[in-house]
Amino acid sequence: MSDVAPLSFQDLILTLHDYWGKQGCAILQPYDMEMGAGTFHTATTFRALGPDPWNAAFVQPSRRPTDGRYGENPNRLGAYYQYQVILKPSPPDLQELYLGSLHAIGIDPLLHDIRFVEDDWESPTLGAWGLGWEVWCDGMEVTQFTYFQQMGGFDCKPVSGELTYGLERLAMYIQNKDSIFDLVYNNATVDRPAVTYGDIFRDNERQMSTYHFEVADTDMLFDAFKKATAECESCLQHALPIPAYEQAIKASHIFNVLQARGVISVQERASYMGRVRDLAKGSCQAWMAKNGWAA
Amino acid sequence: MTDFLLELRSEEIPARMQVKAKEDLARLFNDALAKAGLAAVSVETFATPRRLALIATGLPMATDAVSEETKGPKLGAPPQAMEGFLRKTGLTQDKLIERDGVYFAVVEKAGRQTADVLAEAIPAIIRAFPWPKSQRWGAASVSTESLRWVRPLQGIVALLGDDDVPCEIDGICSGAATMGHRFHHSGTIHIANAADYAAKLRDAHVLVHFSERCRIIRDGAKAAAEAAGLRLVEDEGLVVENAGLTEWPVPMLGRFDAGFLDVPQEVIQLTARVNQKYFVCHDKASKLANAFVCTANIDAHDNGAAIVAGNEKVLAARLSDAKFFWEQDLKVALDDQAKKLAQITFHEKLGSVADKVDRVAKLVRWLVEEGIVKGASADDAERAARLCKADLVTGMVGEFPELQGIMGGYYARAQGESDAVADAIRDHYKPVGQGDDVPMAPVTVAVSLADKLDTLAQFFAAGMPPTGSKDPFALRRAAIGFLSLLLQNDLRCSLKGMLVATGAGASFAILEEFLIDRLKVQQRESGVRHDLIDAMFSLGGEDDLVRLLARVKALQAYISTAEGANLLAAYKRAANILKGSDPVSPALDTARDALMADPADIALLSALDIAEPQAKKALEAEQFEDAMAALATLRAPIDRFFEEVMVNDEDAAKRAFRLGLLARFRDAVTQVADFSKIEG
Repeated sequence: MSDVAPLSFQDLILTLHDYWGKQGCAILQPYDMEMGAGTFHTATTFRALGPDPWNAAFVQPSRRPTDGRYGENPNRLGAYYQYQVILKPSPPDLQELYLGSLHAIGIDPLLHDIRFVEDDWESPTLGAWGLGWEVWCDGMEVTQFTYFQQMGGFDCKPVSGELTYGLERLAMYIQNKDSIFDLVYNNATVDRPAVTYGDIFRDNERQMSTYHFEVADTDMLFDAFKKATAECESCLQHALPIPAYEQAIKASHIFNVLQARGVISVQERASYMGRVRDLAKGSCQAWMAKNGWAA
Repeated sequence: MTDFLLELRSEEIPARMQVKAKEDLARLFNDALAKAGLAAVSVETFATPRRLALIATGLPMATDAVSEETKGPKLGAPPQAMEGFLRKTGLTQDKLIERDGVYFAVVEKAGRQTADVLAEAIPAIIRAFPWPKSQRWGAASVSTESLRWVRPLQGIVALLGDDDVPCEIDGICSGAATMGHRFHHSGTIHIANAADYAAKLRDAHVLVHFSERCRIIRDGAKAAAEAAGLRLVEDEGLVVENAGLTEWPVPMLGRFDAGFLDVPQEVIQLTARVNQKYFVCHDKASKLANAFVCTANIDAHDNGAAIVAGNEKVLAARLSDAKFFWEQDLKVALDDQAKKLAQITFHEKLGSVADKVDRVAKLVRWLVEEGIVKGASADDAERAARLCKADLVTGMVGEFPELQGIMGGYYARAQGESDAVADAIRDHYKPVGQGDDVPMAPVTVAVSLADKLDTLAQFFAAGMPPTGSKDPFALRRAAIGFLSLLLQNDLRCSLKGMLVATGAGASFAILEEFLIDRLKVQQRESGVRHDLIDAMFSLGGEDDLVRLLARVKALQAYISTAEGANLLAAYKRAANILKGSDPVSPALDTARDALMADPADIALLSALDIAEPQAKKALEAEQFEDAMAALATLRAPIDRFFEEVMVNDEDAAKRAFRLGLLARFRDAVTQVADFSKIEG
């Protein structure tokens, strides 16, 4: 990589925090609910709507039950970390700002091949889409780069720029590791040893994979899905978009677990996703109404 | 005369859109020039990931002055008409010209500066640009009416000769400044004029000529493979895609662990090509080698060592994922996978994929047992049919849908199915459209044919035929595949019989017509005339398509001879005379006929007596050339008949006799083909 020691996983996060903080982003904390991606954080979903400027960066733990591999696959996890940046309106030098962040974490663009490869982003469960790229570093996708065009079915006015870094992939790249579990999480000091990503998370992967694929009580989950749906609708009736949206997030996660459990047929899948989308859209609509913004 | 340079610089344009964008830019630009009465000597376009550009040479500095004449009212027209005309033209009456009793207004339009025309045209071209997908961005996007482009537009260079063509669109002002390579060149570059555009950018590590980048990738990739003692698997699609992803392409060879070569080579090739845009290589024995060629966009400090290492790692991760799927899939019997097909909808009106498989399996057995597909074991054929869709639920096909069939073939062989069954599973989607290989192995033919037949019959029976340009279930392609299988394998059967055997239970008239229509399209390429297909099909009773086509070909060979053309002309004449009448055909066994007939009548009658049974016999024996030869014997007597006798004789008996004779001639010809459908 370079002469200096590569960043540990935590230093990677701290470096990005420092970089984006200096660019005027509010450094937020993760949303404290189970979700599939940083885009679900209200700092992205809700703040992408309406005219007010908004600049924020945060780590979002992201759960993908179907991607769990019992901690056996060196490249796949059922739970991982995304680093999310949202800048609204998208600044004219967004690409340069992004490349600056790569430089900050030690990637030299004259040594490594950085490329912007077409990849249009779409979230059917959020009723959202945008145009952009997956950013490649020597052929590896390290970031999703998107100009949001719609969120919750509403046109983004103005458009936000969203950057989603896959932290584990980036760290594997920087640290030159072949397995996520071998990533150096922090650096050792004289009297305190370093820990690896595997030390911290391998058991989570094992147990959560077993839970998601084998144990989760599907009757309970179907019931919980129904209850979350009803609760969301009740909140919408009370014009409470944030609690309504939290129920939509909950329903989305329950749906993901049911899918990992293999109890949702292909036919049913679309209809479940449609229900989650309706909840998310309803919440976005309520958020717009609460703020007095026209579609 | 001068040259014009336009560069529209943006964030990265998707590779797949660049070639079309070049064409669109040239078209819109030429249209804008033409509208202003201008034309360039030549227009050349350029595209890289970050710019779309155009150079037009030989532009005049201004458009010609033109005088436009507008017709006005007649002399002595009511004053209101004159007032209206003057208002419209902005002239006074003394400025009008009078000619032949009519007033004309002549407006002299001065020539316009080309620079002005261009300054107006550039924003219009940008706004009208037909990107397949476009976006809004930045502060201006508070309005949904803000400028749209494929990705944020960042700059415009517009130079006519050495001068700026000043224009502005949504806050982006044109000028002479552009940017070089994203990483090799910092800061702006100033372009003097069109002539130095390519050279200035080359100095800044940007090759603006798409074709040059293609050549570097094509040659460089080949050379990299050869340097390693390998042969590149050429792929022009990848060349173009990589040219669309780079401004300064540098092809480099990388390696992967030879252990991955256990994974089917199609998987490796697909992972490399689709996910990573890499070329693959063959070794001396033409087997897939553990090497790939990637194309970087920089001349790296370390000559690419880090880039190659990075790409090797990415491919290794992808291949280990693929290997995981391969190994997981091998653990599950295809019979067990096939059970899961009940969970996949084929079409909401047509049940699950398992339902389809069941129908196909029955149809396959029928095709073999009826002897339509010969040389296959019915058990093998049914077995292949029952397993042919099982790979749709495997992990590998979930990841790479393009590998459907191919993976099923591998898994079938691995679990000990016979080659005939495994090959049938692998190839049963073939042929995919015109020009694809048509299966010839009997079991494969049976499964492929049944699969397509079922799809066609079911969708038509459910009332979902293709309409206009809409063919969401690719039924046209299925029809072409079905026809190719029948014809190339000489499968003899009644089309209707096969359709009934599908059990789709409906009238098949529309589907039959559709298939005949497709047959015409398919045969057009090999020069078979569509009207001759109609001439055969409209006889009715001929729905053995192999025989139909053999007859069409014999007919076409005959019709294209002078003799055939004469016979056709005679037929048309006879049919014309007979129009509206339905005479009784005479036979030559009564004295009365012999008495009243002229020698030309007798000659035709004798010829018919010989030709009719000959043609019939030949048709029964499917000797279509012989049937044509039998018809050919009628040519001289019918010509003589028309030459020597009057059909509409004053003698009613003679007239009836001759009309009857003509009807026999017409019918004799018609047993071979419906000549009335033949054009010309």
